[in-house]
Amino acid sequence: MSSENRPAPQSLFDLFKFFLLLALQGFGGIIAFIERGLVHQKKWLTREEFLEDWAVARTMPGAAVVNMSIIFGSRHFGMKGAVVSVLGIFLVPSVIVLTLAVLYSTFGNQPLVVDALRGMGAVAAGLILATGLKLLTALKSNVMGVMFCGAIVISCFVTISIFHWRVIYVMFALGLMGSLYAFLCLKGKKTS
Amino acid sequence: MNGAISISMGLSDWLFLLQNFMIFSMAAFGGPMILLPEMRQFLVVDQGWLTDDQVSASVVIAQASPGPNTLFIALFGWNVGLNAGGIWLALLGATICLLGSLLPSCALIYATAHWVHRNSHRLFVKAFKQGMSPVVVSLMLCSGWTLGTAGTTWHNWPLWLVTIATTSIVIWGRLHMFWLLAIGGFLGATGLLSAG
Repeated sequence: MSSENRPAPQSLFDLFKFFLLLALQGFGGIIAFIERGLVHQKKWLTREEFLEDWAVARTMPGAAVVNMSIIFGSRHFGMKGAVVSVLGIFLVPSVIVLTLAVLYSTFGNQPLVVDALRGMGAVAAGLILATGLKLLTALKSNVMGVMFCGAIVISCFVTISIFHWRVIYVMFALGLMGSLYAFLCLKGKKTS
Repeated sequence: MNGAISISMGLSDWLFLLQNFMIFSMAAFGGPMILLPEMRQFLVVDQGWLTDDQVSASVVIAQASPGPNTLFIALFGWNVGLNAGGIWLALLGATICLLGSLLPSCALIYATAHWVHRNSHRLFVKAFKQGMSPVVVSLMLCSGWTLGTAGTTWHNWPLWLVTIATTSIVIWGRLHMFWLLAIGGFLGATGLLSAG
């Protein structure tokens, strides 16, 4: 790993500011923004490193973005880093969301608001799809090879999005299969 | 919020609420949104603390608001408090639900992250990360797909067009995401995207 010469958060405040700004940009969920922020803007992680951490964050219970902030924050500043990152994500948005809840009780039924929210929902969907498509390129360096990864990506997408199987079953079944195969590939690489 | 109900909440009720959201927290594999049906069952059907309208409004507001979608859970607590009689109880409810749903899973991922980092040289940790990667990428595509297609039919093709255009612009273009959302909201408000 060539993580020595890469930019890193300089202070707890640096970390706090990053997650605060991230959370404020993140309309329709922060998923689409966290990859962009960590990989493209700050260059604190490569796309491949991001995906490895994301795999852990997404597999454990809880919101993946919150988990990711704890993984990243604690790696740099331990417990303090984890707390500061989570605070950064929740502090301002929780005030905003409660304010919106009060406003919504007054204006929520206006067709204008409903239509605007639908439009923003369609954009948010596009943001998440684009992030997923960009992350596909990080699979090129995966030890299992492009074909096997592609097969997993497609089976996961089809079973969940088309056949509506439960996410949890698909995630663990395909994840277990992938991990076992990756283990064999890594072992083969080591001995050869 | 519309269709509000009047309920009374004792100390044991608040503790029961906290306890349940702590359990949801540990069970939320794949994110808290996965547990929406279970949460609705508990809050609306079993306890009668919220109405269905309040549940769906909470999700919509959290989606429309900047920040993590997880905040819909804070709004559940907020509405339970409002139903129980006022703004202070609403703040209490929001705090209980949010902390309850965060603390257990956060503690778990903190311990896990520490362990994974210390054992990152081990073959099975590497294998887990590599093997899980294609699955989590695909799950991200599934999230986008669900958000883009839920509640739409082919009559809603203008919405799909917006989603496809956004995807292309983010991949090949340079427009900031904030402007994309603003344009989406504006197009929506003009009624151009509504089914005819």
